[in-house]
Amino acid sequence: MRTPVFIVASLIVAAVVYGLARLAGNDYVFFAGYVILQFVVLATAWNILGGYCGYVNFGSAAFFALGAYTTVALVKLPNLAAKYLPEGLASVIAAAVPPPIPVLMLAGGVIAGLVGLGTGYLTLRLRGVFFAIATLALAVVLQTLIVNWDYVGGSRGAYVIRPQVHALTGINYVEYLFVMMLLLSVTALTVARAIERSQLGYGFATIRDDELAAEASGVPTLRLKLVATTISGALMGMAGAPFPYYIGYLEPASAFGLAYAVNSIAMPMIGGTTSWVGPLLGALLLGTLQQIATVTISSAVSLLLVGLLLVAFVVIAPNGLLGLFDKLRQRIGAARASGGNARTGAA
Amino acid sequence: MTIPVELFINALIAGILLGGFYAAVTVGVSISFGILDIVNIAHPAFVILGSYIAYIVNQRLGVDPILTAIMVLPAFYALGAMVYQVYYVSFEKRGQEALRGLAFFFGLLFVTEVTLILVFGVDYRYVHAAYIDQTIRFGAFDLPMRMLIPCVIALMLLGGLQLFLTKTYTGRAIMAVAQDQMALQLMAADPVRIKRIAFALSIATAAIAGALLIIIQPVEPSVGREYIGRVFAICVLGGLGSLPGTVIGAMLLGIMESLTATFYGPSWAPAVAFGFLLLTLAFRPSGILGR
Amino acid sequence: MSAPLLRVENVGKRFGGFIALEGINLDVANGERLGLIGPNGSGKSTLVNCLCGTLRNEIGRVSFEGRALDGLPAHQRTRLGMARSFQLPRPFTSLSVAENLRVPLLYTVKARSGITHAGADLDARCHDLLALVGLESKATKRPRDLTQVEMRKLELARAMASDPKLLIADEAMAGLSQSEVNDIVALLIRMNERGVTIVLIEHIMSAVMSFSQRLVVLVSGRKIADGKPDDVIRDAEVERAYLGQ
Repeated sequence: MRTPVFIVASLIVAAVVYGLARLAGNDYVFFAGYVILQFVVLATAWNILGGYCGYVNFGSAAFFALGAYTTVALVKLPNLAAKYLPEGLASVIAAAVPPPIPVLMLAGGVIAGLVGLGTGYLTLRLRGVFFAIATLALAVVLQTLIVNWDYVGGSRGAYVIRPQVHALTGINYVEYLFVMMLLLSVTALTVARAIERSQLGYGFATIRDDELAAEASGVPTLRLKLVATTISGALMGMAGAPFPYYIGYLEPASAFGLAYAVNSIAMPMIGGTTSWVGPLLGALLLGTLQQIATVTISSAVSLLLVGLLLVAFVVIAPNGLLGLFDKLRQRIGAARASGGNARTGAA
Repeated sequence: MTIPVELFINALIAGILLGGFYAAVTVGVSISFGILDIVNIAHPAFVILGSYIAYIVNQRLGVDPILTAIMVLPAFYALGAMVYQVYYVSFEKRGQEALRGLAFFFGLLFVTEVTLILVFGVDYRYVHAAYIDQTIRFGAFDLPMRMLIPCVIALMLLGGLQLFLTKTYTGRAIMAVAQDQMALQLMAADPVRIKRIAFALSIATAAIAGALLIIIQPVEPSVGREYIGRVFAICVLGGLGSLPGTVIGAMLLGIMESLTATFYGPSWAPAVAFGFLLLTLAFRPSGILGR
Repeated sequence: MSAPLLRVENVGKRFGGFIALEGINLDVANGERLGLIGPNGSGKSTLVNCLCGTLRNEIGRVSFEGRALDGLPAHQRTRLGMARSFQLPRPFTSLSVAENLRVPLLYTVKARSGITHAGADLDARCHDLLALVGLESKATKRPRDLTQVEMRKLELARAMASDPKLLIADEAMAGLSQSEVNDIVALLIRMNERGVTIVLIEHIMSAVMSFSQRLVVLVSGRKIADGKPDDVIRDAEVERAYLGQ
């Protein structure tokens, strides 16, 4: 399937998902669906660096929070303008704020992408584990900065008023956010799939397999790694941008929640890291499971489930669900090939 | 700005004492990451586990946390041996330690933290001991016992481990793992067994560090996360795998944090470690004492 | 006499206090088949790594087609036309044999020419390379399904896929049987006949002697002999330091 065809196909799927969600006639579906879609984007973004290039990012929450706080900073811009700028200019800014969600997503994406690029630039010359450790550090540094930055609410947090309905379309605002996240998911999956099938995808795979051999084959490994950290970071930031509107009240602890970091890693690992299907599968399964467990038991138990599944999968099924499916298919294929006779080579 | 000298010196003292304690939290990672090349980011979670064990025993039986830690050392050692066995079979042997090994430890960290939340909630827990509220005073300078005792115990722990690593056969074999596996085989030692012993030992130190932590400050399950950055910052700062380097790195970080907290406010302190780690990684990855 | 393809001038490299290479001077002429020998730890691999940009040489300079290479990262040297194979084969394990060859085709040949090769053209080149080393039947296999000698052939084919002017083959035959060694030597000579200059680093003397037109000997980081193979192995210093150990 060529990329334009894939985009059309996934838009159709997205439309069907939206239609079904509307049919349910319950706002909770949009609330819960938004969270799951957010994880689809985060998991896909994580996998572009983690799954394709083999570099572990523990700081997904930081990139997500960067997107969210970019939104807060932009939404609060009129306050700042009223204080420091001449009235005419201030009223122009007040009129332009709050910008529509897609603009906020772009802004969050640019900021998070730049931070991704910077982190990569500082650490990617070192061994892979140092990059992983640096991303852990990055999350804490950013959180400290935000906690101490009064303009975006500091440790108290910031209110972002969510309109009841979306002015342009007249639909419920949460529904609108859901649609936006649905479109972002399509974007993220399209990007991931396009990378997989392009020259870039080959380059990423060689980095994961053997960087020295990749360099010797003419692959500019450092540049490709920077491309990956930037794209991955930008997508995470985009996923975070609408979050203040979704939650209404953003505080550092929720934006930097460990749940984001864990889920971004667990979902691709459980789904399978070698293809765009893996993170999607993992996010849908784990996201749904968590929503159910949160409602029926508690959010702590749902997080415990994710952690346990992550450990279980990396130990028992290193290639995730996709790997298990592959094995199953091979077995069935082998069983067929032997024509039901003694299963010689089936195992 | 003029800095009051007494405030400065008190902050310095507090930093040194804090640094000593940091060395105890870090020494496990110095062994697992620095010597064995196992990126155990779950180490702080084991430290918190140690804190909670010290808390329960102290609350139920009134036993001193340090005594409890010494009693549970074998259990932590066994736990460490078990974790290494899983790690070895699942990742090291298959050559997949980079991506999946890291995810494994991250999962362990997370599972431990959430389990503690489920059992104990997110309230801060603390221990009782006679010395915790005492302070030795030299004029204007304070030496609070709840900081001094952990620092002394930590230095004893590190000294003991250093002796073990340099003077005993097993210890030297552990150091040889870092250099090369060939030398180890020439010593007729089984590298997997040596690494298991070393890793188990690294987890055992978490029991002690955990007890020290809960003497110093009240503990809740997510406190461990703050220590991930500290521990790796110190490890890298001190040069990987060197225990004296660990002590120096820990002291430096303790002093920097203490000064930051005194002069800029405690909310900035966490960023010091991490900021320092980022800078060290970027500009001097072999550590400040490295070549 | 035309300018050499590769010129190494006074190259030195140390690791801490250990001097790995010292004052290496070496010219490699276009189209030449050069053998490079020396005992273990003599600095052969360090020299290869310095030439290819994997390591930085602190002292001296390396130039290729008259162009100084100092500080150029490995992938750019490959693009200029210097390819290498690794001592222990380092295939891309998650890619098929044919895809392994596609990587240099995409990242060097395409990048160098600036021409967007059609997919069919890339496939044709892949096939040509597989035919050259005799791995056509393994195109869709993963590297882990290959035998030792097939893995070496893949390693050489991947180096050739970048369409190099100079190929540095680092111990391409260690651990192979005599007939397999002959196989690889014949392959290297075939590559040379296609116009590729080859530097062969090797321990197996029969292979070196039948392959090389010129022989260079390294001992303890220094070049102690350079000349016609038959003369070099009769050199007293070489015999003492290396062959007669």
